[in-house]
Amino acid sequence: MRTFPIIRVVTKILIPYILLFAFYVQFHGDYGPGGGFQAGVIFASALILYGLVFGLESVKRVAPPVVIEKLMALGVLVYGMTGVLTLSLGGNFLDYAVLEHHFYPHLFPSGQHLGIFLVELGVGITVTSVMTMIFYTFAGRKKIV
Amino acid sequence: MSSLIDFPILALLAITAVTIARMRDLWAAIMFTGIYSFLSASWMLILDAPDVAFTEAAVGAGIATVLMLSTLALTGKKDRQLAHAPIMPFFLVLITGCVLVYGTLDMPHFGDPNAPIQLHPNPSFVEKSQHDMHGLPNVVTAVLASYRGYDTLGETTVVLTAGIAVMIILRKEKDDGDQEASTETIS
Repeated sequence: MRTFPIIRVVTKILIPYILLFAFYVQFHGDYGPGGGFQAGVIFASALILYGLVFGLESVKRVAPPVVIEKLMALGVLVYGMTGVLTLSLGGNFLDYAVLEHHFYPHLFPSGQHLGIFLVELGVGITVTSVMTMIFYTFAGRKKIV
Repeated sequence: MSSLIDFPILALLAITAVTIARMRDLWAAIMFTGIYSFLSASWMLILDAPDVAFTEAAVGAGIATVLMLSTLALTGKKDRQLAHAPIMPFFLVLITGCVLVYGTLDMPHFGDPNAPIQLHPNPSFVEKSQHDMHGLPNVVTAVLASYRGYDTLGETTVVLTAGIAVMIILRKEKDDGDQEASTETIS
């Protein structure tokens, strides 16, 4: 296999910023454009870029398929459990108003904000892992040169 | 002023689409679909839809291109040459296109304040969210995650289902390189 030193070095420099941008889109989604779907795809694209340049085996060491396939379900579970949590607190399903609390309100996010945050986190986890898993299954069929 | 950017981008979109349709080299066609996605991402950014532009740039130009390239690595590079000129499909597409263009004549003008989209889900939606969300400024997120939380839950489940479907269809039963537990957990 040929090595492309420039591409390798540039990829190594870029990946942290891609991940950082993904986290920014994820956690800043309530204030700016973005949210779970976009952040998940950007995060996955960093993993896929790593896989393209350094090979499938090395990206599988970073994000093992066993973990990724659990995360796929975990994201939806986080979303669903947020709904169950609001149910058990006496509200409707996914009614974040019941998450309102009086525990340092200026320090911790308010009810609606907290609910949206949890839900977006679930979406982000699912989208990241599904995109990565799709790449794994496609690339795993045959060695990409 | 914005038409200085609008028209070139739309023209480039049209040119790229025609180029892709006429192309027989699949590798180049995939590169052109990437360009097409990137152009439409810029177009959506001009239309003040940064969320959609994000998604288009990341999914359309990034991941979809990679996935199509890896599909190409599994199949082949060339589309087979057709024996005869496809006249019938061409006319079908032409007629459909004309009908669609005719349909746009009934649509409201771009940026029309009286367009149904500006009036129907109630302008108060925008005003209400400031109060309901305790000052969360992004109405899109508020609508997506709070007002229509069920909807987004369904979408997330669709993504999960799609992932599972791809895994079931495409995953190799036996990994020749690594004997990890990944295959036995699914079967």
